[in-house]
Amino acid sequence: MKNIDAKGHVTGKSIYVDDIPTIQGTLYGLPFGSPIAHGKIKSVDYSNALAFPGVVRILTFQDIKGENQIGGIFPDEELFAEKEVHFQGQPIALIVAESDHIAYQARKLIEIDIEEHTPIVDPREAQQKGQLIFPPRTFKLGDTKNSWAQCAHVFEGKADSNGQEHLYIEAQGAYAVPLENGNIKISSSTQGPTAVQRTTARVLGVGMHRIEVDVVRLGGGFGGKEDQATPWGVMAALGVQVLNRPVKLILNRVDDMKMTGKRHPYSSDYKIGLSKDLKILAYEATFYQNAGAAADLSPAVMERTLFHATNAYFVPNVEVTAYSCKTNLPPNTAFRGFGGPQGMFVIESAIAHAATELNVPTHQIQKQNLLKDGDEFPYGQIADGVGLSKIWSDLEAKFDLEKVKKQIEDFNANHFEVKKGYSLQPITFGISFTKTPMNQARALVHIYSDGTVGVSTGAVEMGQGVNTKMLQIAAQMFAIDPSKVKLESTNTTRVSNTSPSAASATADLNGKALQNACNALIKRLKKSAANHFEVNKEDIAFQQDKVFCQGDETNMTWEQLVDMAFLERVCLTENGHYATPIINFDKSIEKGHPFAYHVHGLALTEVTVDCIRGSYEFDAVKIVHDFGQTMNPSVDYGQIEGGLVQGMGWMTMEEISYDKNGRLASSSLSTYKIPDIYSVPKEIIIEALETEGAELAILKSKAVGEPPLMYGLGAYFAIENAVKAFNPNFKSTFDAPFTNEKVLMALYSN
Amino acid sequence: MPSFILNDKIIDSQLPSGTLLLDFIRYHKRLTGTKIGCREGDCGACTVLIGDLVDGQMKYQNVTSCLTPIGNVYGKHVVSVEGLNMEDLTPVQQFMIDESGTQCGFCTVGFVMSLSGYCLSNSAPNYKDAIASIDGNICRCTGYKSIERATQKITDTLKNKDTEHTVKWLVENKFIPDYFLDIPKRMEALNPVEEKITKAILIGGGTDLYVQKHDQLVDKEVGLVAHQNSLRYITAENGICTIGGGTTVTDLLESELFSSFFSNLSDHVKLVSSSPIRNISTVAGNFVNASPIGDFTAFFLALDAKITLSENDKDRTIFLKDFYKGYKDLDKSKEEILTAISFAIPSSNSQFNLEKISKRIHLDIASVNSAIAIATANNTIETIHISAGGVGPIPTYLHQTVAFLKGKAITAENIKQANEVLQSEISPISDVRGTADYKRLLLRQLFYAHFVKLFPNQIALKSLV
Repeated sequence: MKNIDAKGHVTGKSIYVDDIPTIQGTLYGLPFGSPIAHGKIKSVDYSNALAFPGVVRILTFQDIKGENQIGGIFPDEELFAEKEVHFQGQPIALIVAESDHIAYQARKLIEIDIEEHTPIVDPREAQQKGQLIFPPRTFKLGDTKNSWAQCAHVFEGKADSNGQEHLYIEAQGAYAVPLENGNIKISSSTQGPTAVQRTTARVLGVGMHRIEVDVVRLGGGFGGKEDQATPWGVMAALGVQVLNRPVKLILNRVDDMKMTGKRHPYSSDYKIGLSKDLKILAYEATFYQNAGAAADLSPAVMERTLFHATNAYFVPNVEVTAYSCKTNLPPNTAFRGFGGPQGMFVIESAIAHAATELNVPTHQIQKQNLLKDGDEFPYGQIADGVGLSKIWSDLEAKFDLEKVKKQIEDFNANHFEVKKGYSLQPITFGISFTKTPMNQARALVHIYSDGTVGVSTGAVEMGQGVNTKMLQIAAQMFAIDPSKVKLESTNTTRVSNTSPSAASATADLNGKALQNACNALIKRLKKSAANHFEVNKEDIAFQQDKVFCQGDETNMTWEQLVDMAFLERVCLTENGHYATPIINFDKSIEKGHPFAYHVHGLALTEVTVDCIRGSYEFDAVKIVHDFGQTMNPSVDYGQIEGGLVQGMGWMTMEEISYDKNGRLASSSLSTYKIPDIYSVPKEIIIEALETEGAELAILKSKAVGEPPLMYGLGAYFAIENAVKAFNPNFKSTFDAPFTNEKVLMALYSN
Repeated sequence: MPSFILNDKIIDSQLPSGTLLLDFIRYHKRLTGTKIGCREGDCGACTVLIGDLVDGQMKYQNVTSCLTPIGNVYGKHVVSVEGLNMEDLTPVQQFMIDESGTQCGFCTVGFVMSLSGYCLSNSAPNYKDAIASIDGNICRCTGYKSIERATQKITDTLKNKDTEHTVKWLVENKFIPDYFLDIPKRMEALNPVEEKITKAILIGGGTDLYVQKHDQLVDKEVGLVAHQNSLRYITAENGICTIGGGTTVTDLLESELFSSFFSNLSDHVKLVSSSPIRNISTVAGNFVNASPIGDFTAFFLALDAKITLSENDKDRTIFLKDFYKGYKDLDKSKEEILTAISFAIPSSNSQFNLEKISKRIHLDIASVNSAIAIATANNTIETIHISAGGVGPIPTYLHQTVAFLKGKAITAENIKQANEVLQSEISPISDVRGTADYKRLLLRQLFYAHFVKLFPNQIALKSLV
């Protein structure tokens, strides 16, 4: 089934927050942010801005009736700065005006006097000064300290990866309208409707029941709207509370880029030890996560770095430690992969380092150490259903790895001005929220008396096709035509206490809750039908909009059955609940079984580097991926292609640039570049691994949102491989992204 | 009252001419299919089509409505997605669905508009041009492969297009609604557009000014340079090619005359911005913007072009290389308008090359760019002009390097020595587009690239590094 939203998308009829028809009297909110990264507010003069015609009000912390606090994990982030500012762009006030054009003009009239403090932008500097968001954590397996002596080879080094701007094409935004009795409805572009609801209630000083959050869809999220959609919804609602008029707040692109956090930059140290036959015996790493000025989701992101520190490899002795370092950047946040890619980049760097020193191909070490069933992860879970060796041999066979290598060697021997390179990138990614309580979901299903069906879940549609999958599940289970099923908006009044749409787990959690709801309804409907046909419940089945009895089609349609059940006063509404079984994690010992299952795969990346200009083009990326049993190939293959290219962007051209004062230099689309149609690989081939699929995956169709992003890591190492073909003296720096600048400097370094 | 057609409706505009077309479409007309992504022409979510009557036939181009003042569409036909929608999906829309070319959907309409604009072009279909039509559209979800597949299907479907009667063929094949057939007639009935430049803020294509000075323009009357048909021309006379100050980049590319002076103009132009921006931005605007890394400034510096500055009826002509006095400081009074650009038509033994490297190779601002025009006889350099951008406060004409190379033979040794001279006359700084060290190295490499590319038999990279 094609994405059910596609027709609305291609005709421009799909509705995003800014497309909702505005109610008469709607006002427009514009945040005023700190001009500097760190300082003490001495005074703010709003008088000229307030006097500007059309400005209705300027809201500050003084207008907050509840708590001036939006921190999700830790209460360490103010909605509006009161005394101090900790990052450039940190909101200090909200201008509310008759139009956004008026608000922009008024914003320029605000005069602020700040005592400037020296900002910290480097996570290692923050760690040295004791500036941590929370205490460090360590995952351990075996004993690294006593392993080094047994290693034939030990290598140490540093690996850095930069941040990444989400660049959802729809910027952050919300539209809040007053309802009666002080209730407020917020239409929000958020991955976490409940987070918006909970935080709004907290700031406004009201119960959560007063706040209704509704999400139709997002124009992209990628993690950037998991936690960081919240302040804009809260501000709009605060405007409603104070002014009793609808308030719309849509960030412009530059404000969005300056005011919101991004993928965490990491600086890391590694130490890797190998046996003579290239088995990795020991691995240590220290991760310095650049968390920015407040916790946001950094603790959870940091945790996933530790979970994925050894990627797709089994290492018997591991000790990895992570520091969440407090700096004066906007609070960094969730981004597809959620700390996992940053951790994986480090071990891939360590392996590439070892391979260079030992003069063997990197993939020889990779292949030698692949995870297999029964291996223990550093966090205690035992690997199961791995399939990496099959994936590896499939890739070698399907894409003729030997031939590719030979062609690249021949090409390089015959060309001086251009060089080709390649890399192999295996991935292993755990599926579930690592915070066990978040692995729950609910779905509300109405069967209307005419047989049509309304489905509400906690899943937010942001392009990943989750609503299509939900609709497939309901239509398949009731065996009715998909046109009879409607996916409702995600709404906190219909489905409460939702986990955000994140961790690749949205379809699994909400789909299983939906299955539970459908099963309960089917049970009741079968009972009605069984009574009618005077048979057992087990004799009834639904197929093609018809009721089947003892394997034969009856003349009763789905609609007739529903109508009959309704008249019998059978409940045709069900709320399904699902909580992932098995999973657990004990932080006190850092051991447990945190993931429902893992997703695995392997990518072969081929690149051509222009050694005159330092630019590069990707010839191909060829992937063998473990989908399980994909329930929707067009959606799932689209996730692989899109995730891969996003990961490649992070590793190549996407360069976040803060100056030493903590000011974002790459604050617009003219200075921050994401892949365009000319920069994607000429060819992307995706082969599915033949496999059973995991029981805990919805319909055995494994989660596919985040894992493919990490295939993009291969871009870095493929470029490096080509650079070394031109300049054997190049000493690897493991400093992603590998921009055109870094490539040219590497080509001509001594 | 100035008027234009939006989809199938005539609009009599009472708004200030500086009002952005995007805001007019979305907020005044509530046609919300056109999206806002960046408001600086870098994402394409707001793409619409603009049609103009040229020699009795409609000619449509995709443009970014976020940078288009409404004054620049007076007398034209503007098409948003609502003006393409019919009862059934168009083939462009259908193929985007069939190939899963849409995920979150926010960029999708922009792609549909650009591809529909491509269908409306009066040239024979080919995949490369079809892809070029979406080079200004950014998608963050799909990784583009599905969009490429859709584009291939669309191109295949166009193979029987009657390019003599494009609109008629597209209507018959359900690509566009049938109201398009009446547009030429209705265009003639629109109020004539006044051809005079007011004293208000001058706007060419608007592609830079609306990024830099958005708030100062959107509620103002603006002086419309690009709209002046009297300033949109390309002529050749007595060995001199002259280009009007309102000429867009696409005008250059589509001019057979201009293209005839360069062996691979389209490759050079492809390095500059994107098609929807090239369709509205003017060459003169690139000069007056005074960016040290203007691509067309580098291009024309290497042609040793002259520019004509006009105020009322007074004209003066200077060399482009003398136009720049310092960072964003021009030899131009506030009232002067850049009305013409001229250059000597390259001789038959002359070769031209443009090099540019940026963070992203397409739709990006250069880290460093460089152009060269060189004529040789018996392996000796007769005339040479070289420019470089991004290596100093102004677009740089490399005087000393040029002087060094004139009369020299094309040898690796001479080129290496010339690079020493070159390095002494540039002063790059570190910024978001690269460190100073990188820009020095990059200009050396681009300088070498000129010779490797133009003189492959004499110069190889290996002999230079």
